[in-house]
Amino acid sequence: MMQHHQILRVVTKFNLPLIMLFGLYVQFHGDFGPGGGFQAGVIIAAAFVLYALVFGLDHAREVAPEGALKIFSALGVLIYGGTGVLNMLLGGNFLDYNTLSPAHPAHGQHYGILAIEFGVGMTVSSTLTLIFFVLSGRKERGGDD
Amino acid sequence: MEHFPALMIVLPLLAAPVAAALPNGRLPWLLTTAVSWGVLAMACFLLATVLGTGPISYEMGGWAPPWGIEFRIDTLNAFVLLIVAGIGAVVTPFAGPSARAEIPQRLQSLFYCLFLLTYTGLLGITATGDIFNMFVFLEISSLSSYALIALGRDRRALTAAYQYLIMGTIGATFFLIGVGLLYSVTGTLNIADLAERLPALEEARVVHTAFAFLVAGIALKLALFPLHLWLPNAYTYAPSAVSAFIAATATKVAVYVMIRVLFTVFGVEFSLGEMPLQPILVVLSVIGVVVTSLMAINQLDAKRLLAYSSVAQLGYMAIGIAFGTTLGLTAAITHVFNHALMKGALFLALGAVAYRIGSTRIHDMAGLAKVMPWTILAFAIGGLSLVGVPLTAGFISKWYLISAALEQGWWWLAVIMLITSLFAVMYVWKVIEVAWFRDLPESRADVREAPLSLLVPVWVLVAANVWFGIDTRFSAGVAARAAEALLGVAP
Repeated sequence: MMQHHQILRVVTKFNLPLIMLFGLYVQFHGDFGPGGGFQAGVIIAAAFVLYALVFGLDHAREVAPEGALKIFSALGVLIYGGTGVLNMLLGGNFLDYNTLSPAHPAHGQHYGILAIEFGVGMTVSSTLTLIFFVLSGRKERGGDD
Repeated sequence: MEHFPALMIVLPLLAAPVAAALPNGRLPWLLTTAVSWGVLAMACFLLATVLGTGPISYEMGGWAPPWGIEFRIDTLNAFVLLIVAGIGAVVTPFAGPSARAEIPQRLQSLFYCLFLLTYTGLLGITATGDIFNMFVFLEISSLSSYALIALGRDRRALTAAYQYLIMGTIGATFFLIGVGLLYSVTGTLNIADLAERLPALEEARVVHTAFAFLVAGIALKLALFPLHLWLPNAYTYAPSAVSAFIAATATKVAVYVMIRVLFTVFGVEFSLGEMPLQPILVVLSVIGVVVTSLMAINQLDAKRLLAYSSVAQLGYMAIGIAFGTTLGLTAAITHVFNHALMKGALFLALGAVAYRIGSTRIHDMAGLAKVMPWTILAFAIGGLSLVGVPLTAGFISKWYLISAALEQGWWWLAVIMLITSLFAVMYVWKVIEVAWFRDLPESRADVREAPLSLLVPVWVLVAANVWFGIDTRFSAGVAARAAEALLGVAP
């Protein structure tokens, strides 16, 4: 842990919300410009990784418990697939977003892509954070470095 | 009903994260079992529909092919879907008790999550009509099966999984390079559309290169000799239920991909006529069948013995493909079905042995028939089917293969197949002899017969081996229709 790196800690604290905000921007701007769920998930996971590097793994685990990360990584896939199933229930094919707004198919496409990208972002960010926790926590579980 | 092509992939895909989130215990297993039976029902329905009314096309997201992803079910892949779904539906009930004994408690729900993902991937590869989508599903099934194999209780499972990871990734990369090259010259990824555009481009060097990359990539996944080195370790050290599932389905799906690419995408004239694939496949497969059968005879572990035998059997399928005739292709597709049944039965029987004595080394199985008669009898019947004794499924495949060889006038090939069948007698006998005629060591006197929950799945597959050895109307009949459709012969 970097107790003595005052500047590093302050700068990190200042930057964390900005990183998250940028992640959300990439997430929800994905249908107009470059970006989308995967990129956004990576950026948000980077915020957690930075926090863990500067403030230590234990603090990071308090912010994002491993159990919760597991649930979120599963939930993201369910949101993606669930959208597709919803389209089926509404009478279309799997992932046929037009059914979400039959009067305005373009709106339907918009809602659909937002929903599935949200699922992608959720799974990617929590899975990447989880991978980082598991790899960096190897030593405490008795792994040979 | 109309959504079944998508639903049978979506159902296990969505069940996987649910299984991962469920607490460790029986629930994830019950969910997996329910899903696999649901998928089997859908697979039966699809095959019946395809046989009745012809190919089904499903537009993902409502985007018309060739722009959108199309799921296209014809006789061939409906048949392969049924094989994968059927084996899945038999192996999951078995996996309950078997995995409870072999997988650490804390990993139970993740085990079923991975199992469902492998299942999703294999079904997806088979159902899709889009070659890039095929690559994606290939990766889903491969990545999850690497992790499944690493769950074996022997620490060597880790190196086996790593070896498979490296080889499998090279295979998938080659496949992707091939797909990329095809896309660069045709501008399409839809298999039917590719098949239409490629004949005009057959002279192009790019297409030849793409062909080479695709075939090499699939051959790695298919464990075609001499690219089989990952397979014996992976099958030996994986958990019992996983060995049975992967041995009976994963390589079969790779055979399906090979058939699809050679016969549907490129067409038989180009694949086997213009490109020098026929001699390559025949020579490699024949050497492979002989060498790996001999290696199987020398194994000390029954699971490893079956793994080598699998490579040999895949060689038979490759020979069937290499003929490029209706009869040869019928033989290959029939053998895909029959081999899934026999290897499923054999690996499950060994899983029951491992459940009771914790080992599958042949030496440790001495005299086991005295205390586990039903398990060893199942192994014996599965073994007879592997050899190709009449009245078992294996006989039918061998019969078709030898007829196909004789039709070409390749009598020497028929002789080699008979000789390698004798090798099969030797390696199957090696296990039977120890289990049946050796004395049971004192230390194993209290071993009991495997529980019914394990015996029933084993015997379902054994019964299927006998049934499809006598009544070939379904297995060989559907295979023949699929072969005729692939080669464009009027049925």
